[in-house]
Amino acid sequence: MEVGPGHFLLAKLDDVARWAQSSSVWPLTMGLACCAIEMMTVTAPEYDIARLGSEVFRSSPRQADLMIVSGRVAQKMAPVVKRLHDQMADPKWVISMGACASSGGVFDNYAIVQGVDTIIPVDVYVPGCPPTPDGLLYAVNLIQQQIREGGRGGVLARG
Amino acid sequence: MSTTARPTTPPEPMSPEVVSREGNSMVLSMGPQHPSTHGVLQIMLEIEGETVVKAEPEIGYLHTGIEKSAENLFWTQAQTVIERMDYLAPESNALCYALAAERLLGIEGKIPERAQTIRVLFSELTRLASHCVWLGTHGIDLGAISAFFYCFDLRENLLDLQEAAGGARMHPNYVRIGGVNGDLPQGFLDRFDALLEKFPGRMRDLRGLLQANPIFQDRTIDVGTLTPEEAVRWNVTGPALRASGIAYDVRRAFPYCGFETYEFDVPTRTEGDAYARFLVRLDEMEESYKILKQVRKRLDTPGAVMIDDPKIAAPPKETIALSMEALIHHFKIVSEGFRIPPGDAYASVESPRGELGYYIVSDGGNRPYRIRTRPPSLYNLQVLKHIAPGNLIADLVVMIGSLDPVFGEVDR
Repeated sequence: MEVGPGHFLLAKLDDVARWAQSSSVWPLTMGLACCAIEMMTVTAPEYDIARLGSEVFRSSPRQADLMIVSGRVAQKMAPVVKRLHDQMADPKWVISMGACASSGGVFDNYAIVQGVDTIIPVDVYVPGCPPTPDGLLYAVNLIQQQIREGGRGGVLARG
Repeated sequence: MSTTARPTTPPEPMSPEVVSREGNSMVLSMGPQHPSTHGVLQIMLEIEGETVVKAEPEIGYLHTGIEKSAENLFWTQAQTVIERMDYLAPESNALCYALAAERLLGIEGKIPERAQTIRVLFSELTRLASHCVWLGTHGIDLGAISAFFYCFDLRENLLDLQEAAGGARMHPNYVRIGGVNGDLPQGFLDRFDALLEKFPGRMRDLRGLLQANPIFQDRTIDVGTLTPEEAVRWNVTGPALRASGIAYDVRRAFPYCGFETYEFDVPTRTEGDAYARFLVRLDEMEESYKILKQVRKRLDTPGAVMIDDPKIAAPPKETIALSMEALIHHFKIVSEGFRIPPGDAYASVESPRGELGYYIVSDGGNRPYRIRTRPPSLYNLQVLKHIAPGNLIADLVVMIGSLDPVFGEVDR
């Protein structure tokens, strides 16, 4: 298709908004445990999350669209995670990264919240301990897909 | 099936009234979600303008109950959770725990030569990988983002080696009680050679990016100075101690895995500031490279990588079909692990952060009775309270970065 002067495109505003939103999902800088290191690795040259438009890790929850729960959530950290999620502006998405965040993982004990979905809603679960950066990239892809299609909740990212 | 009750309503967040509020000062909570606290550290700051009057680190936001969890696992299984303690240097944790268990089993002298070499290999690879993360994030804290990309590119090569040997990038669980889990895979040495070839150039790049950088120097020189007396009094170990002029390195002082047979220096500085700690860590990376080159020569000699004792290590899988005894040993080890005679033992290694120690107690069963960790990060971090007052908040970020705490290990 050739686009020149005088040409124009027609689209539904909703679709344009979704397209824009899905191409700039900004994650919150919230590193919890081992998975946080792999979360940092996706910004490194080898994986380069910038290709998906999500390299802008924001330290303030007010500026973030996506919360990546990267690691085990201790009982002491749970209220903090909840508050951060509350502080994020709508619309917001959550990736539960790794076994610990998704289900408590190997730590079935007194100290760890058995799945972050007991305190906040989760959109995509990424399996692995820790998941590979590819796994996380795929999860971001699924989030983008969700945004474009308007669906919510409970997708398992199978690499 | 989870045995732990799921919390329906999380407890209320801690109120920020830990430090006093007097005169012209205000209380600021830094963390636990903060880009520069390297994890989930909360620091309750009393500040006057930009100057820190008092800093009270609040830890425990990543308390995982690892020591308790380990008590419910077999001796070998416990390594799974133990590796997740210091997640930047999992192999150091696994190695230290294995050494303690071997001491208690009385098999210290029976570990095959090649297994020791491979252990040294992974303890140094994990040190490099850990220092890569430290250097990258320390640079980001100070606004120098390029170093991060160089560091993580190098780290990728290191993780590839871990993945090749252990099957996982970050927690390979490769070092086991009695040796290591299987010999190095095919093609490993070629990749290792490629890494050795790449490393010196990459180190030059990293030094070029930061070492002589005037902004970096301005931010780190004379920041967070620690005198040798203070460092000893606060139980600081590792690069932070060596930057204060005390050449204490567990690899030298209490050699393990044959470190006494390797030639390497223990880099020290006398300034004791954040820049000195930076230089010591960089020098340490070069020393690790020296060790790795010596390891490479020794890896050409083939040999066993696991202790020859069917009560501790399962016999090779291919013998099961041929020998009834092998089958029985295999079944026993897989189904109920092995037992360790009653007693207690302590072993320590030089982890990238300092002296990492494990004190383990056995009641004669197939599970640990008690595991107590001496995490270097915890002891290094407590010094923050002492060096922070009088500095700017921006310098506090430098201090945290230069102490390199890992919160999986601090909170356990």
